[in-house]
Amino acid sequence: MTQKLHPALIGFTVLVFIFLIGPLIIVVGSALSDTTHLTFPPQGLSLRWFANIFEIAAFRRTIITSLQIAFLSTFIALLIGIPAAYALNRYRIQLPGWLATLFVLPVLVPELVLGFALLKNVAVQFNTPIFLTLVFGHSLLVLPYVVRVISASLASFDFSVEEAAISLGAPPLRTFFTILLPNVRSGVIAAFILAFITSINDVSISIFLTGPGISTLPIQLLAHMEQFFDPTVASVSVLLMVLTVGVMAIVERTLGLTFLAK
Amino acid sequence: MTKALSIQSITAHYGTTKVLEDLSLEVAEGELVSLLGASGCGKTTTLRLVAGFLQPTSGRIQLGGVDLTRLPAHRRDIGLVFQNYALFPHMSVADNVGFGLKQRGVAPAEKTKRVAAMLERVGLAHLASRLPGELSGGQKQRVALARALVIEPPLLMFDEPLSNLDAKLRVDMRVEIRQLQRANGTTSVYVTHDQEEAFSISDRVAIMHAGRIMQLDTPETLYQRPANAFVARFVGFENLIPMRVVERDGAKITAEAAGGVRLTLGLEQFGAIPDSFTLACRADGLVASPDLAMEGIPATLGLRTYLGRAYQYQCDTPAGPLLANGPLTRPLEMGGQAKLVPVPEQCTILAAETA
Ligand SMILES: Nc1ncnc2c1ncn2[C@@H]1O[C@H](COP(=O)(O)OP(=O)(O)OP(=O)(O)O)[C@@H](O)[C@H]1O
Ligand SMILES: [Mg+2]
Repeated sequence: MTQKLHPALIGFTVLVFIFLIGPLIIVVGSALSDTTHLTFPPQGLSLRWFANIFEIAAFRRTIITSLQIAFLSTFIALLIGIPAAYALNRYRIQLPGWLATLFVLPVLVPELVLGFALLKNVAVQFNTPIFLTLVFGHSLLVLPYVVRVISASLASFDFSVEEAAISLGAPPLRTFFTILLPNVRSGVIAAFILAFITSINDVSISIFLTGPGISTLPIQLLAHMEQFFDPTVASVSVLLMVLTVGVMAIVERTLGLTFLAK
Repeated sequence: MTKALSIQSITAHYGTTKVLEDLSLEVAEGELVSLLGASGCGKTTTLRLVAGFLQPTSGRIQLGGVDLTRLPAHRRDIGLVFQNYALFPHMSVADNVGFGLKQRGVAPAEKTKRVAAMLERVGLAHLASRLPGELSGGQKQRVALARALVIEPPLLMFDEPLSNLDAKLRVDMRVEIRQLQRANGTTSVYVTHDQEEAFSISDRVAIMHAGRIMQLDTPETLYQRPANAFVARFVGFENLIPMRVVERDGAKITAEAAGGVRLTLGLEQFGAIPDSFTLACRADGLVASPDLAMEGIPATLGLRTYLGRAYQYQCDTPAGPLLANGPLTRPLEMGGQAKLVPVPEQCTILAAETA
């Protein structure tokens, strides 16, 4: 049995597809161009602009910094976000309704303002090291996503399962790790990926917090673009994508992304 | 292994709302007591207090003479079976059943053996490696049962374990539960709002209402000799007729109801009768008779319905509206006059209540 698809529907789907895939093709294409300026379609094929990234010390340094910050802030956000999401869902009836909103509030604040506020009130006032301020800022940035995503997967969790485990003799903390966490694994993985991507691509907060000697990859990219208009911009973007996909692959291997589909 | 449960004048609140009031319940060793009552009367709350998921405002809970009240839930050693099964979704059937043994540090070889034996007993040996998501409702409930039984708890508690199953399976499963409980001799508390289920499975039944136990007795006593109007209505006494003794004559009394209706009752059937009481009859125990010379309650017959075993009449009487049955051999006409004659064996006397 074949179902007839309306031609307009097919056309629309193709349009959405082009809309989603188009920019990717342009960026990857430009990165492979053999020219000294950004062009698309690429003229000649070469990997020299990828090599170029690693020839510039600032890029080498900021790749490492960005990865460190992304991992650390994601980790911190999970450490705070998982228990927070748990408490918000487990004790939803007892807790006041505005508490859940509180954890999502940072999303409403324009990131530029958050970055500026952090600069003025944390970095300058307390003279905290740049790296720490960055990690702190990024943790704050990604925390709402973590709480939101994990809450979503906890919403369908039946907490009587937890009581069953306790009644069978498992202390509360062990119950949390052996019963609750495995059941929200897909949420944790999704939160991890979302947080990681948000952090590693962030410009608006980082631009205030980076300083002498320490910068992140997107900020370094901006600085580079102010002077050069060569395909490095595109190749760094591709590298960012590859890094992100790489991390997703590792997370999948270690935690099992297949749960995401369920 | 099995122990007696003693709940001593427990009061419990959710926030400021009082949910249980001065509730006491003794369950003897090896006994199965059901908590029966309408939705919201506090059955689950009672179980959660005993399980340790909730703290009472006052009162004590003892198991085998040991005070549980301050013991954390995971150290109470109570087998729980939930309405929605509450199986661990990420664990196989065998791991679900073995979970409690693992917490108790039972050696893996021993654990495997006991899990296998338990699964055999509930007829699930062939499904040991399945995940809960791949089981039917009845199979899930068997796993839940096995999981609670395998730790050989001194007390088992069931919270409406069968209400998610279809009618036929419900009957099969309750027999199965009763057999397993009998075989192990485990003290049990069983929550349900299904009267037939409670009566068929229990040694004794506690009928609850608004956070209190209205009566705790054997199913037979509850069914035939309810202690108060609430329980009488609950077990199906449709007619409750308030009466007052006007004359005592040896083994007989004469009592009067509203509208001057008089009845003679024998002390032989009813035992001692207080001066003021309520006569409770099921429709079956109040026979509609066209013979107006008989002693009974004069009535005008209303709507007649066919029950299969009898006709039922909505009757209008000086003592208020009543429900009576009549034989199939002689259907009576709507609007006709009749006498409603109480059958002593099917009626009971309730002491008048102050409330
Ligand atoms: N978490 C809670 N917070 C506040 N009130 C609650 C809570 N749980 C139950 N209640 C209230 O306590 C009362 C008793 O509830 P309980 O769950 O014990 O009833 P139940 O007899 O088990 O009813 P059901 O047959 O519907 O399961 C109800 O009035 C209910 O609204
Ligand atoms: Mg309940």
